[in-house]
Amino acid sequence: MGDLLVDVLREAFTPTTAAFALAAIGLNFHFGLTGLLNMGQAGFMLLGMYGFAITIREGGSIWLAVLVALALAVAFGVLLGWPTLKLRGDYLAIVTIAAAEMVRYLGRSQNFNDLTGASTGIRGNEFKGPFENLSPFPDRMVEIGPFALHGTRSTSWWLVVVAWSIVAIFVVVFWRLSRSPWGRVLKGIREDEDAVRSLGKNVYSYKMQALVIGGAIGAVAGVIWSLGASVQPDSMGRPTTFWVWTLLLLGGAATIFGPVLGSILFWSSLVLVKGLAALWIPDDVLSQQELEPFSLVLVGITLMGLVIFRPQGMLGDKRELAFND
Amino acid sequence: MTDTNPFAHVRHEPGAAKEDPIIIADHVVRRFGGLTAVDVDHFEVQRQAITALIGPNGAGKSTFFNLLTGFDKPQHGEWHFNGRSMKGVSPAKVARAGKVRTFQLTKALNRMTVIENMRLGAAAQRGENLFAAFVPPLWRQREADITEKAHELLHRFTLYDKKDDFAGSLSGGQRKLLEMARALMSEPEMVMLDEPMAGVNPALTESLLDHIVKLKNEGVSVLFVEHDMHMVRRISDWVVVMAEGRIIAEGPPDSVMRNPEVQEAYLGVHHDTDLSEESTS
Repeated sequence: MGDLLVDVLREAFTPTTAAFALAAIGLNFHFGLTGLLNMGQAGFMLLGMYGFAITIREGGSIWLAVLVALALAVAFGVLLGWPTLKLRGDYLAIVTIAAAEMVRYLGRSQNFNDLTGASTGIRGNEFKGPFENLSPFPDRMVEIGPFALHGTRSTSWWLVVVAWSIVAIFVVVFWRLSRSPWGRVLKGIREDEDAVRSLGKNVYSYKMQALVIGGAIGAVAGVIWSLGASVQPDSMGRPTTFWVWTLLLLGGAATIFGPVLGSILFWSSLVLVKGLAALWIPDDVLSQQELEPFSLVLVGITLMGLVIFRPQGMLGDKRELAFND
Repeated sequence: MTDTNPFAHVRHEPGAAKEDPIIIADHVVRRFGGLTAVDVDHFEVQRQAITALIGPNGAGKSTFFNLLTGFDKPQHGEWHFNGRSMKGVSPAKVARAGKVRTFQLTKALNRMTVIENMRLGAAAQRGENLFAAFVPPLWRQREADITEKAHELLHRFTLYDKKDDFAGSLSGGQRKLLEMARALMSEPEMVMLDEPMAGVNPALTESLLDHIVKLKNEGVSVLFVEHDMHMVRRISDWVVVMAEGRIIAEGPPDSVMRNPEVQEAYLGVHHDTDLSEESTS
């Protein structure tokens, strides 16, 4: 039981949780502020990963790699937004989900084996070096309280510190922008595009800015994820996008800390449910392999309950829901 | 309205030239497939006056309105606002040129507060630029000025007590008031109101009418589409009648309603009744 508690708490600050929080902050720019239905956040994340990992593997510096990751996400955003942002919202959803899948399929295609490593992806030791060399932590396991993580390698204390610092930076960025006149225009677009047009704002340009910024943050999330694991196209499929959506709605769309809280709660409770199920449910009722899908089902049911009883998310304002039309 | 009446020498006929027109439109044609929704040869709107655009359902009033504000594009035609061609100009740029519209179905931004709705209406806020948004000193002063202006307008439109409520919690009539107040935030030269009375309860009607007359007294030009004959008679200086996409008559409210062509096309047996219940094109 004590071990389980440690596992749950560890999950709360693991780099993957940070990466999801970051991806959800990006989606919060899209959906929470602007009302854009981006169903392809995983595509932005995967492009970020590829851009980062490939640049370093080919000898680029870590800063160049980050720039390439961002540039790819920006280009992807412009490419998707250019034809679709003039249309109704649903079209963006269709285009983004398809485009994200295209990125994944292209990445895992044998034709690009030399570039992307096809379905195997890019192994960690091919691109993590420069990042790990920057680590001020020792190159061995380090115990802090009950948590034992490597100081430098992969899911390390170093990555934990960097990942959550980046999350903190983007929380501040979101806070600043969402409370600025710029953010006010985006919220207006979320409510009614034509009204904002009639007030003299260039709606298309604002939607494009939101799409590109949110996508670029998604790419940074992808980079963090890949530094904790590896570049693996199939880990960035549709489920990843849906998880990002889930935890954004769980935390509360358009709120400042919603994505962070949502990510922590979602991933910790998944570990908790899995652990409790393993403790309490005998092996002959549910085998070890069946536990994982079982806990996902439980979490799913909980989320349905949440959407029914607290649709504004943990941090949302109930009053806002009264006017959904 | 004696010797200063700008319409004293204007002929009572379709496409009549005005003394000082703020809008001039020529040969504007909008077709939807085989249907010609708008086919206006010549149209002028007098500056600093209240002009009503009326006509039976499907006459093309709303379409013409959309064309003049950039929300729809015609097959051909030319139209000028303040001497500037507005052909192919986006709705946002039309608004920035000083011609702001409201909508038949009120577009209050429901999940924003009343004061945020108002602030959004203001022009020249540098903080609406992405990069400037990061640096509050660049826009804080302007924000304070905007807020002050918004308070002033909210007082005038009796919405001040509601300023921190979500716009979605207002009644239909209050939303109409908010939309009008918001349109005034950018200090437009002209406001175009698409059925300002639709769905407004009688208690608010009088105050809405007063607001529109007040606008004119402050030098704003007003063009509105309306079904409510009472309103048209009471506040408009000039009435333009459309039927089947064309302008069929123009004149002061009383004489235009006596025009047999108008009665035939529009009023018919409904002459002198309130038609606001009917849906529009």
